[in-house]
Amino acid sequence: MRIGIIVFPGSNCDHDCRFVTQNLLGEPTFSIWHKETKLPPLDVVIIPGGFSYGDYLRPGAIARFSPVMDAVIDFAKKGGYVLGICNGFQILVEVGLLPGALLRNRSMKFICKTVSVRVENNQTAFTSQYQLGQVLSIPIAHAEGNYFIDSSSLKDLNKKNQILFRYVTEAGETSESANPNGSLEHVAGLCNEAGNILGMMPHPERASDLLLGGDDGIGVFHSLQATRTGLNEKS
Amino acid sequence: MKNPNPDTAPSHPLTDEEFQKVKTLLGREPNQTELAIFSVMWSEHCSYKSSRVHLKRFPTEGEAVLHGPGENAGVVDIGEGWVAVFKIESHNHPSFIEPYQGAATGVGGILRDIFTMGARPIALLNSLRFGPLENPKNRYLLEHVVAGIAGYGNCIGVPTVGGEICFNEIYSKNPLVNVFCLGIAKREDIVTAAAGGVGNPVIYVGSRTGRDGIHGATMASAELTQSAEKRHTVQVGDPFTEKLLLEACLELMKKEWVIGIQDMGAAGLTSSASEMADRGEVGLDIDVSQVPRREEGMTPEEVMISESQERMLLVVEKGKEKEVAAIFEKWDLEMAVIGHVTEERFLTVREEGRVVARIPVPALTAEAPVHDRPMVQPRFQEFIQSLNMDAIQEPKSYSEALFTLLGSPALASKEWVYQQYDHMVRTNTLIGPGAGAAVIRLKESNRALAMTVDGNSGYCLLNPYTGGAIAVAEAARNLVCVGAKPIALSDCLNFGNPERPETMWHFAAVIEGMSDACKKFKVPVVSGNVSFYNEAREMGIYPTPVVGMVGLIEDVGTVLTAGFKAQDEKIVLIGETLDELGGSEYLKVIHSQERGYPPILHFDKEKGLHDLILKATGEGLLRSAQDCSEGGLAVALAEACLLSSTFVGAIIKLEPISIRMDAFLFSESQSRAIVTVKEDDLSRLRKLAEEMSLSASIIGVTGGSALDIRMEGRSGSIIHLPLEKMREAHSAGLKKYFQA
Repeated sequence: MRIGIIVFPGSNCDHDCRFVTQNLLGEPTFSIWHKETKLPPLDVVIIPGGFSYGDYLRPGAIARFSPVMDAVIDFAKKGGYVLGICNGFQILVEVGLLPGALLRNRSMKFICKTVSVRVENNQTAFTSQYQLGQVLSIPIAHAEGNYFIDSSSLKDLNKKNQILFRYVTEAGETSESANPNGSLEHVAGLCNEAGNILGMMPHPERASDLLLGGDDGIGVFHSLQATRTGLNEKS
Repeated sequence: MKNPNPDTAPSHPLTDEEFQKVKTLLGREPNQTELAIFSVMWSEHCSYKSSRVHLKRFPTEGEAVLHGPGENAGVVDIGEGWVAVFKIESHNHPSFIEPYQGAATGVGGILRDIFTMGARPIALLNSLRFGPLENPKNRYLLEHVVAGIAGYGNCIGVPTVGGEICFNEIYSKNPLVNVFCLGIAKREDIVTAAAGGVGNPVIYVGSRTGRDGIHGATMASAELTQSAEKRHTVQVGDPFTEKLLLEACLELMKKEWVIGIQDMGAAGLTSSASEMADRGEVGLDIDVSQVPRREEGMTPEEVMISESQERMLLVVEKGKEKEVAAIFEKWDLEMAVIGHVTEERFLTVREEGRVVARIPVPALTAEAPVHDRPMVQPRFQEFIQSLNMDAIQEPKSYSEALFTLLGSPALASKEWVYQQYDHMVRTNTLIGPGAGAAVIRLKESNRALAMTVDGNSGYCLLNPYTGGAIAVAEAARNLVCVGAKPIALSDCLNFGNPERPETMWHFAAVIEGMSDACKKFKVPVVSGNVSFYNEAREMGIYPTPVVGMVGLIEDVGTVLTAGFKAQDEKIVLIGETLDELGGSEYLKVIHSQERGYPPILHFDKEKGLHDLILKATGEGLLRSAQDCSEGGLAVALAEACLLSSTFVGAIIKLEPISIRMDAFLFSESQSRAIVTVKEDDLSRLRKLAEEMSLSASIIGVTGGSALDIRMEGRSGSIIHLPLEKMREAHSAGLKKYFQA
């Protein structure tokens, strides 16, 4: 599986993603500077977390105009897999590859902690290695992760099973207190209708190494590996 | 050279004596620009004129030390070809005047000190002091300081992995913001800050220069007065530009043609130019008209002393200018050749070719004034050290007292604060905030680094020698309790007005205590910072040394944590508990008294404890380790329960004691730790302790869902607190002040 990680000025989690895909999973991984206009042959594009352009104006609002984004849109439209994590999710929303918006957290503060999310759909390229309803411990670290969308589009997302992760309690129940940022319907991650673009606020790359206390996030990468090799079955 | 405005007498903060010295060194009257340069370079902040004679006491050498004080940061060998680069620095006055930007630029400044050496910053910690949170102004300061630290650190992608926050009325008018940063580099990639090679270009990189932060260093060298008029002295941070500067500089510094590089921190271009020239024993000839600016009409003086952030000065081999330009262009950053290195040891400043200042370099550095200021023991010293224990009543309920302590802001969970810091980015954080020490693994090897910031200013007020020594001892103990061997430290010395003899008496005694402890534990001082004039309205802060210490863990698999691991493991108290409550949190929180003699520190016992824990860790005997410090044994036990990921309580059965019960539970006797071991390993641990002449008593077992403390011969529990109840108090203690 060939993985490209887009590096914007201000990207912070590019090294962390690369450590997982290259060092832990042994997949060939390429860093792609945002000024590039063409992508090398790839199976997956990761847009990593961080503060592209310092989050100035609005997270993701400037990065969407980076030269590389046309190539990413093209790649996605041809069915390539795109994973946007945290700031990557914000960029995907800003560029219009995913619907909705990410507002300031309800607390108006940056929040960094490990939360519980529930797998809402395991029939996708990003979640096939999870059980349906499985509760994952994955860190979040953001100030703007409060997902918002109009109600008819939200209905659509639900109908088409595009919401892949929701914030829940450790026991797997949705509740206001288990929703760290005020996201509408506890949305933590969602995909496009075709299922090849995922945006998620939690950082799976921070939960992929047991030494750091847990590896619930590595399933996202394992799922992509399984998709690539055609083994899209539950392990 | 003439004063450009001969009608107006130059204004400056130099004393008459210092002004005379300037004239002697120059052999003439200085002009306004030169006077401004002398003023900032001879300020307390840049010249260390009051502290230098005392700082010489610190041991600064050791096997692992590659660069000690004098460089931008200390450099120590951590094995396998890697080095750690670290320093702690204060940003106190700016953080009071404008808390968000003051704290943010404090983070920015210390980060530049690290990457200017060629190291990638991998961890930040901070040590904060505020007045009591009942006062809305103090809440405002805390909230915005934390937001500033978060805003800068999160954006640049360096995790904030630990720290401490303490509260005392004395900090209401002068809070403290000390920031520690650590970076790593391959040994051969370290770059120092010396200029060299006559004719080589002097290059300016980074943000443009504006009028912000003018006279920041001078402001930091005087007592705070009206704060609104000082706002222009606080710089404005731009973490995004710093991130670009960081990446560009690290890319640049891999080139062998880079001679030296230094960030423009306090006193801006003036200090970076003169210090680089000084270290290289050369001169610099620079033209301020070449400096990229963001404001029009700036005078040479303003350009020279502006403290605009995110700027660096570098010297490279002649002919490499285009290669430097290519790197900085990639990162969309400004770059300008502003001068060259000269053989003659002068700092020559020009404006469009015309010389506007010309000063011998040593006049700004080595020949800056040094004061051996008078010292006198404060009159109140003996009074505050006395404590009549008979007048202190034992509390009616020890459970109640522990419950109150756990919920007091100093001991309560700081989760509300550290959740605002990204403490996980870079995926190396094995132990993050909320523990005695943070641990960062090195992906490049099987090693890890532990780091902590510590300082108990209450102890230092009551006995500065002991307080200074304990700051070092406690930092080392915190490192040992995560399985790390202490290797070196950086110190931040926050004190009042040095012109006050009482302040200097405290200062000298604290340094003596710290130095003795450093020598005993073989932990050299490799970098540091002195912040004087921390007072407002004629009252100095408590003497507040903060120690940032680094330890090495050779096998990442041996990292220890404080929380209890499982049921039915033996709880062992190492060390002795004495009848000493002076300076304790218990006395402060429960009895509203800050007095007495701080706990005694025996260097040999402390060193013995460190050796024992490291030896036992090496043999794989320990399941957890937690040092006993603020709040004493009872709080240490409670914390070990609360930090337990499996939610395990403790059942403690004490043998009869010969001291007061409150002292046994809450005394802050030094050189103690609580460890847990499996039954089978108990005898081996006790044997090791015996060999090292340390007391190791089995005080109970892990288990249940409460902290339950009983004593032989006494019916019922002395303390019984369910974990859930303790957790509530501990988690709400700080947070409750910030809920709408």
